[in-house]
Amino acid sequence: MQHYLEYLQIYGDRFAAGILVTLQQSFLACLLAIFIALIFGFMKISRNKFYRFCAISYIEFFRGTSLLVQLYWIFYVLPLFGVTLEKFTAGYLAVGLNLGAYGAELVRGSIQAVSKGQYEAAVALNMPKITSMRRIIFPQALLIMLPSWGNLLIELLKGTALVSLISVTDLMFEAKQINGSTFLSAESFGTALIIYYMMARLFIAPSMRWFEKYWTKKMGRF
Amino acid sequence: MTTNNYPFELSDDSPIVRFSNVTKQYGDLTVLDSLNLDIAKNEIVSIIGPSGSGKTTVLRMLMTLENINDGIIYVDGMPLTHMKKKGVLVPANNAYLQRMRTNIGMVFQHFNLFPHMTAIENCMEAPIHVLGLSKKEAHERSEELLTMVGLADKMHEHPARLSGGQQQRVAIARALAMRPKVMLFDEVTSALDPEVIGEVLNVIRSLATEHELTMLMVTHQMGFAREISDRVCFFYKGKIAEQGPPSQLFERPKNERTAQFLNAVLSAT
Amino acid sequence: MFEMFDWKWSFAFEVLPRMLWATLNTLMAAGIGYAIALFIGLFFALGQRTGFKPITFIIREVVEFIRSTPLVVQIFFIFYVGPQVGIRLSPWTSGMAAIGLHYASYLSEVYRSGLDSVPRGQWEACRALNLSKARTYFRIIIPQALPASLPGMGNYLVGIFKDTPMLMVIGVAELMHTANALGSTYYRYLEPYTIVGVIFLLISIPTAFGLRRFEGYIARIYGMKK
Repeated sequence: MQHYLEYLQIYGDRFAAGILVTLQQSFLACLLAIFIALIFGFMKISRNKFYRFCAISYIEFFRGTSLLVQLYWIFYVLPLFGVTLEKFTAGYLAVGLNLGAYGAELVRGSIQAVSKGQYEAAVALNMPKITSMRRIIFPQALLIMLPSWGNLLIELLKGTALVSLISVTDLMFEAKQINGSTFLSAESFGTALIIYYMMARLFIAPSMRWFEKYWTKKMGRF
Repeated sequence: MTTNNYPFELSDDSPIVRFSNVTKQYGDLTVLDSLNLDIAKNEIVSIIGPSGSGKTTVLRMLMTLENINDGIIYVDGMPLTHMKKKGVLVPANNAYLQRMRTNIGMVFQHFNLFPHMTAIENCMEAPIHVLGLSKKEAHERSEELLTMVGLADKMHEHPARLSGGQQQRVAIARALAMRPKVMLFDEVTSALDPEVIGEVLNVIRSLATEHELTMLMVTHQMGFAREISDRVCFFYKGKIAEQGPPSQLFERPKNERTAQFLNAVLSAT
Repeated sequence: MFEMFDWKWSFAFEVLPRMLWATLNTLMAAGIGYAIALFIGLFFALGQRTGFKPITFIIREVVEFIRSTPLVVQIFFIFYVGPQVGIRLSPWTSGMAAIGLHYASYLSEVYRSGLDSVPRGQWEACRALNLSKARTYFRIIIPQALPASLPGMGNYLVGIFKDTPMLMVIGVAELMHTANALGSTYYRYLEPYTIVGVIFLLISIPTAFGLRRFEGYIARIYGMKK
């Protein structure tokens, strides 16, 4: 135990640097994923066949291939098409695009889960489609999708660990480096695991629960 | 769809609602068969009949929740389901329906109140966002209506805290807030516990007697239908089997099916 | 169209055989990993129903820990730490162990919700008929839990297949690793990486489709769908 504490003292700040990068990657990927999820989620239930086709193609493509492959493709292959991205950008871009596809399904599913009667009441009150979506349907859909979004965000956090493979200096990258020089594998990877766990369980999960409570209250349910 | 022979507009003394040869099909199943029905201004009409006879479909088509397969519906002298384009009647587009729907309001069997809003917010929502009323005006109108249905003290409650009867009364107030010319009631007491049915029927009764409003009700409450209706229509298999004033239809039904149905329903209660 | 982006069909066909072999490796890794996960997952799920609080707690925490942390870090952990505590593990074995454990924790959740979906009355009927615990589980409860669990189980089968590229970080010669090797040998990454993507799509989409049909079939057999 003493030995581990000494280890942490020496390498603590390197882990901290890695954590910072992981948080940055997660945050940016999260924003992108939400954006993508909303756009493609709505496109998938549009009446326009072309929009639906685009949405289905995007979702099936990004869900059907693995994040790692997508990451490598964006970083190594895209330059050949003239699009060269910095590895930091490639990292959160891949994670955001990938998890956005899963998010789109969540958005779609929860909007469709709002009871049909709500749509009919809005029609009976002569509300235009956009107003009824904005004021009536989407607030209820949001409540339905929040628990699953919590899980999605944890998957997103886990996904960011892959960016270390294109040498983005995140938490896992640091752990690998430290392992490479010290051969203290249990300490290095173990610490990384514990930190990821704490981020997921002590930050993401409670934050989502708080937001669920907040939104439930706002919607008048208890 | 042969809408060539229908007039573009009805004369001023026409019925406020007219169904002309309206047919509705779901795949192979014909739910409404060439229906002709006129509703006069301020008339109160009850629609009764066995399930599957097309009763609810009549209301849903009038509220533009369903398309029609043939025929045409007029509301307040103007076509509802069709619009005039280059000298012919064509199926109405969304913009046109949006303009015509203001004449019609509906109360649903399962209330369909917006769960994330309070009672008064439910009532204010459409007047503000559709009619363009100011918050103050919408609030005044809604408060008045909620008082009329006896729920002034529950204005700020969410639907989850209200009983079924209270929720349905809020739903009535919400529909009335849009000042429609025609009000549709789709089996509004069928989902309620027996002890709260009365409070909803009281509200509908006072609407019928104290206000000038055209009302079309699908209902199983025979006693109530008899009491307040000007006319009762008995639907059977997508057609009106018989219609007439309640005293005639309930006591001396001309059609055998009507008699059978009334027997079955009245002996069950 | 691909001429524009300098795609060389000749190179693509040259590397294709090796990539197809690697695909077999990948499928095998996914299959074995999934089999391990099915088994250990059941252990995790049933272990939480023993009614013995300390065991339930420990297993619960272990499952949560594994589920909430990245698989790739777990792979490294098992691969590097194994030898240090005396367990000699080849890349294959440590990879399978890591993937198996990781997906076991996902599957245990799927099993749990499947078991929970069986109505309480079923358990009570078994008690009333004095059926043994084993009989209750295997003849009555699990057959009813199965249709509810299948969609989740199917999703994770596709998921495991897509996660196999992570094994490349410890040198397992699966599809992505091979693509990397080919890319760095010939200094051309376009064709190998694209082929990897295409192969993944060609396998995962029909599989997902087939799984959905299979779920419908099972549901009909058990009379839960008309």
